[in-house]
Amino acid sequence: MSRHTVRPPFQPKHIADFPCGTCDEAGHLVETLSSWRTSTPEVNLQLCTGCLRCYLLCPEGMIVKKNGKVAIEFDFCKGCGICAHECRSDAIRMIARRE
Amino acid sequence: MIEVRWHGRGGQGAFTAARLLGAAAALFENRHALAFPSFGPERRGAPVLGFTKIDDHKITDRSAVTECDYVVVLDETLMSPKIAVGLRAGGKLIVNAASPAPYRDWAGAGDLLALDATSLALRIIGRPIANTAMLGALIAWTGLVRLESALRGIEEEMPQRLAAKNVEVLRQAFAIAGENS
Amino acid sequence: MTANGSRVFVSGNDAVALGVRLARPHVIAAYPITPQTAVVERLAEMVEDGSLRTEYLHVESEHSALSACIGASAVGARTFTATSSQGLLYMVECMHYASGGRFPVVMMNANRSLALPWNIYNDQRDSLSQLDSGWIQVYVEDAQEALDMIIQAFAIAENEKVLTPVMVNLDGFVLTHTYELVEVPTQEAVDRFLPPFKTTNKMSFEAPKNMAFTATPAHYTEFKFQQHQAILDAATVIADVDHSFGEQLGRYYGGLLDAYRVEDAEFVLITLGSVTGTARVVVDQLRAEGRKVGVIKLRYLRPFPVEELRSLTRNAWALGVLEKNISIGYEGTVFTNVRSALSQNGTTQEILNFVAGLGGRDISRGDIAQMFERLSSVATTHPANRVIFVNLGVETA
Repeated sequence: MSRHTVRPPFQPKHIADFPCGTCDEAGHLVETLSSWRTSTPEVNLQLCTGCLRCYLLCPEGMIVKKNGKVAIEFDFCKGCGICAHECRSDAIRMIARRE
Repeated sequence: MIEVRWHGRGGQGAFTAARLLGAAAALFENRHALAFPSFGPERRGAPVLGFTKIDDHKITDRSAVTECDYVVVLDETLMSPKIAVGLRAGGKLIVNAASPAPYRDWAGAGDLLALDATSLALRIIGRPIANTAMLGALIAWTGLVRLESALRGIEEEMPQRLAAKNVEVLRQAFAIAGENS
Repeated sequence: MTANGSRVFVSGNDAVALGVRLARPHVIAAYPITPQTAVVERLAEMVEDGSLRTEYLHVESEHSALSACIGASAVGARTFTATSSQGLLYMVECMHYASGGRFPVVMMNANRSLALPWNIYNDQRDSLSQLDSGWIQVYVEDAQEALDMIIQAFAIAENEKVLTPVMVNLDGFVLTHTYELVEVPTQEAVDRFLPPFKTTNKMSFEAPKNMAFTATPAHYTEFKFQQHQAILDAATVIADVDHSFGEQLGRYYGGLLDAYRVEDAEFVLITLGSVTGTARVVVDQLRAEGRKVGVIKLRYLRPFPVEELRSLTRNAWALGVLEKNISIGYEGTVFTNVRSALSQNGTTQEILNFVAGLGGRDISRGDIAQMFERLSSVATTHPANRVIFVNLGVETA
């Protein structure tokens, strides 16, 4: 499965480090975007049945298949709570954001 | 000149608080003030900053605020070890939180103070918009502007349907903060 | 926002809208663009609540906005528009129509950078790229000056010796989105200061005119000469308007430029717009340390204050021109204008060009103090390259 890549922060030292004009490599993101998040989903693997409903419904594509169940990544998770809301096994709960 | 930096999320009224403070000083205390938001596109929920500068003389310097005397955090989820970057020695970090305990080491060179502004706002306004409560706490703990000026600022600058409740929130926050100096 | 004879705490954009309402334009046609948007929104709200009686035309672009203003002006209406950056450039051909047609449209421009790269933050490349368009251009330092200059702009533009459109420039975000104390004149006071617009340069059924016509090589030049002379003549009108405004409404701005602690200054920085305020603070700090420095705020770039600049800088050892602009491939436009004006001073003053603040990059007090440092060492260093990109974040060698 292809996952997003986030390029490390652009820290140019020399003018030649800049692309010529506004034309640069593609296929990556330049920053993560999770500062919106005020609560974070947590999966209870004992309750998870691996139905993949959350995996399909996550608007940010942050849920991945893992060992027949799921795992959640957090680079772009906004804490929308859709996964917790839609889980038919109540395996996901939203907890107050932790640093 | 006193400089205040406000931290909030888009939609929580961080900039409104910055503006109310400036208006209070400028319109009702014959002082001078500038109030401005972090510039750029804004979205509800995204972290935003507001700034207020207050001085007895006209403020002409509009360069970016790098150091400040007070940092006010409207949303506890924004707290981090870097929250007080730029806070001057002897300044204050004021957080909307039930307890200041988790943040003892994050106040940098300043003092840490906390008020549970969200509960107060929920009780009086019915919504968790804590900005005017935090403004009340700020002025109680710093004396930056008089209570009367801040109350008049709300009446002048907020829409009528919001003003009365926000006046009450600010009054109560001011009183509660005053008891816990 | 309250209406008359009051002190309010508002943004630069709000102040512009308040000034426009007081000036009683007949027609407003404008298209929203960051960071000007609040101006057109406030004006629409004022029309909606009845406090501003004007024909507010919805248009689908800036090109149409200024075209509509020209059309309205051509039948004798007082007109206003506002824009920024890409929007300003979109209406450029209309700017020449407006000036060539001698239509006294007033426009607020929120100074913002130009794509590419795409950038919405403050610099002055947009308006400075249009100095040749035949418009009078003024740059304000704060929200009060913005409100006052909107009113003055109509007085200057509509003066029969001038009949030239006027652009009032506010630094984007730094002025447009910053809230500060503004005194709003009463409607009565503004009505006394700014009489209704009267002109013969208009179409009517009673006195139909031939307008917006062609001129062949035999005559085109003379039309341009007229425009050129009108902007030169505008200098005295600007001084008179500044004086009248001061007498009637209590605030003077110094006319074409404003000089701060320049009389005995050895090193002088020349600035445009809001950065002047930061420069004033640095000048005070350096003066307190015994350094003889000063700042000249260029308010108008067209007409250009040639004589005033020459006499003010005659005794300075070195000058710096600080602008948020570069005429790419050569030097800053303001620098070019200043050097040309001073080339006849007969002195061998060193003049440096500080290009800073492009794309919204902050100009700090430290940056300005460093500029004065450079000026004080230029007599010994004689830099071959006078164009200095301040705070370039990378090596270029």
